[in-house]
Amino acid sequence: MELSFYLVQLLNAVQYGFLLFLVASGLTLRFGIMGIINLAHGSFYMVGAYLAYWLTDLTGSFWLAILLGLPIALGVGYLVERFAISFLYQRDHLYQVLLTFALILVFNELQQILWGTDVHGVVIPEILAGSIPLTDNQSYPVYRLFISAACIAIACGMYWVIQKTRLGMMIRAGASNREMVQALGIDVNRLFAFVFSLGVALAAFAGMLAAPVDSVYPGMGENVLIISFVVVVIGGTGSIKGTFVGAMLIGLVSTFGKVLLPEMASIMVYALMAIILLWRPHGLFGRAV
Amino acid sequence: MSEKNRKGITRRDFIVQGTVATAGLAAASILVPAPFAIGAQAKVKVGILLPYTGTYAKLGTNIRDAMLMRFAEAGNKLGGRPIEFVDIDSEAKPAKAQQLTEKLIKRENVDFLVGPVHSVVGMAMVKMARVSGPITVIPNAGADQLTGALCAPNVFRTSFSSYQMGYPGGPAMIEDGHKRVVLMYWNYGFGKQVAAAFKKSFVPAGGTIIKEIPTPFPKVDFQAYLTELAALKPDAVYTFYAGGGAVKFVKDFAAAGLKKSIKLYGAGFLTEGLGAAQGDAAEGVRTILHYADSLENPVNQRFRAAFKAATGSNADVYAVQGYDAGELILRGMNAVKGDTGARAEMIRAMETAEIDSPRGKLRFSASHNPIHDVYLREVVKGENRVVRVAAKAQDDPATGCSM
Repeated sequence: MELSFYLVQLLNAVQYGFLLFLVASGLTLRFGIMGIINLAHGSFYMVGAYLAYWLTDLTGSFWLAILLGLPIALGVGYLVERFAISFLYQRDHLYQVLLTFALILVFNELQQILWGTDVHGVVIPEILAGSIPLTDNQSYPVYRLFISAACIAIACGMYWVIQKTRLGMMIRAGASNREMVQALGIDVNRLFAFVFSLGVALAAFAGMLAAPVDSVYPGMGENVLIISFVVVVIGGTGSIKGTFVGAMLIGLVSTFGKVLLPEMASIMVYALMAIILLWRPHGLFGRAV
Repeated sequence: MSEKNRKGITRRDFIVQGTVATAGLAAASILVPAPFAIGAQAKVKVGILLPYTGTYAKLGTNIRDAMLMRFAEAGNKLGGRPIEFVDIDSEAKPAKAQQLTEKLIKRENVDFLVGPVHSVVGMAMVKMARVSGPITVIPNAGADQLTGALCAPNVFRTSFSSYQMGYPGGPAMIEDGHKRVVLMYWNYGFGKQVAAAFKKSFVPAGGTIIKEIPTPFPKVDFQAYLTELAALKPDAVYTFYAGGGAVKFVKDFAAAGLKKSIKLYGAGFLTEGLGAAQGDAAEGVRTILHYADSLENPVNQRFRAAFKAATGSNADVYAVQGYDAGELILRGMNAVKGDTGARAEMIRAMETAEIDSPRGKLRFSASHNPIHDVYLREVVKGENRVVRVAAKAQDDPATGCSM
């Protein structure tokens, strides 16, 4: 194989990494910062994809679908936090696992009732439908580059909010010492409800962006759930930077694993996670608890 | 209730019949006339184990709906007896297959078992049901073993074997002028069997397999593999993907610009029932299958219209397989006039059945696997159209079956 082959694969790897970051970013916000184990993360991803499909169908525009879908996702997140998750902050992680697992079943059922069991597709918006020639017979879809750009924007945005703004300061403080922050006169309940909803919206946004390149089908969320956790665990809980690096590492290992060691492709990612955890039990950028 | 239904005829039927005819057990089962004692008639229990959630949800739903439609056409009676359904979601999860099958066989005592979609679920199911279990009709799962090494008198299949999904592909591609081919498939039992069967016909006919690219099941990140495919520069690629994976593969393949230089072929699931989701990306993709939407036979046209009216969605091969499963059970039950105790006679009626299926003529091999025509289809304007018959009366070798 020539050099160009490996360059294209490198591009694939980075692009896959971006997509993983996009999917895992909502998870790291909640799991990493709020300490909630949310197994329903994949369901919110699915909800996003179905919203994109449904609203695109309804309005005729993918962009309008995203614009309308995000507030819906925020609302769903808020309701779930208020009526379910908020009762479990003081409880053991096991309760959260049980509750969010139940949420997976609920969302799957809702999806069947609302949208049926068909496999759907979303058409890539006209303006991004083109592709750029890479080699003599392969080209690269512009839409994939757009996804990468969106991921970079979200990564920067999240980093800025968490590290540089007052809101981010409150979130970080609330995560490390809830009672103290409350004593200082900050409404932690409202804060956490907001952060949780934001996490849901991020997962849904990832689903929306992925809808045109992926297909929209029942159970699609479960496929991204595990890999999202792997990303967050490798990166270290609570670190946006870690999640980003983790996503990139997995993108690289999984892509080149497929090319160089095809028989091992499906376990490479988990082997990487095991090695990293042996070396750094809290993940690459995790704080020791 | 379940105890009563065990042998298909209620104790009361038997006693009444016995006093009239004073016949022995064996004779009684033949003597029960179909219209006998309406109202006291025991229900026939049909257990259904199909996926209604997850990737294969649509397949399961279509199979069930079409089968129920066939029963409804027959007045919801099997050999004169009303039907009771026990319908379970298999979730297409192999880990749950044994437990769910056990529930249907042991606790519900079903007379018929219909399912599943997923081959690995099928293996677990058939291992329990074969020989002494209920009459089993497989409306999709394609693992060769189900009518091969695991074949049994009471196990029938109305769908296909993996072999029938791969073998006709070889000559079809040679005839289309493609000699250097890459094989890509989901790396699990069924995918591997399709690939092996394809090689069996393609290589002796003068074709070369440049490379096999098995990809992890059920993952849908194909980008790295497509780059590899592009670098290999084959004439064409033969694939096995289904459901959400098939939509993603066809779209990614088109988006990578490969359609211009590499012709995409595959087992029919690649485009079956997915037209709306794949859109333009599927145009020109050629697949091998025992069914096509546009098949011009009156049975198919009537079936498609009826299915659309009953369910609101378009029929596909899965619906056809479910419809034929219903037909096969009807044939068996009508032949024995509803007497499920006459097992041997019922099995004989089923294995010799010649069905005018929406797919065309359907009959069964000695191992109870379908023998049917296999078509080469091409997606034109979102519809799978027949290009030509790829294999007439395609059979399955039933490797390892002794029956």
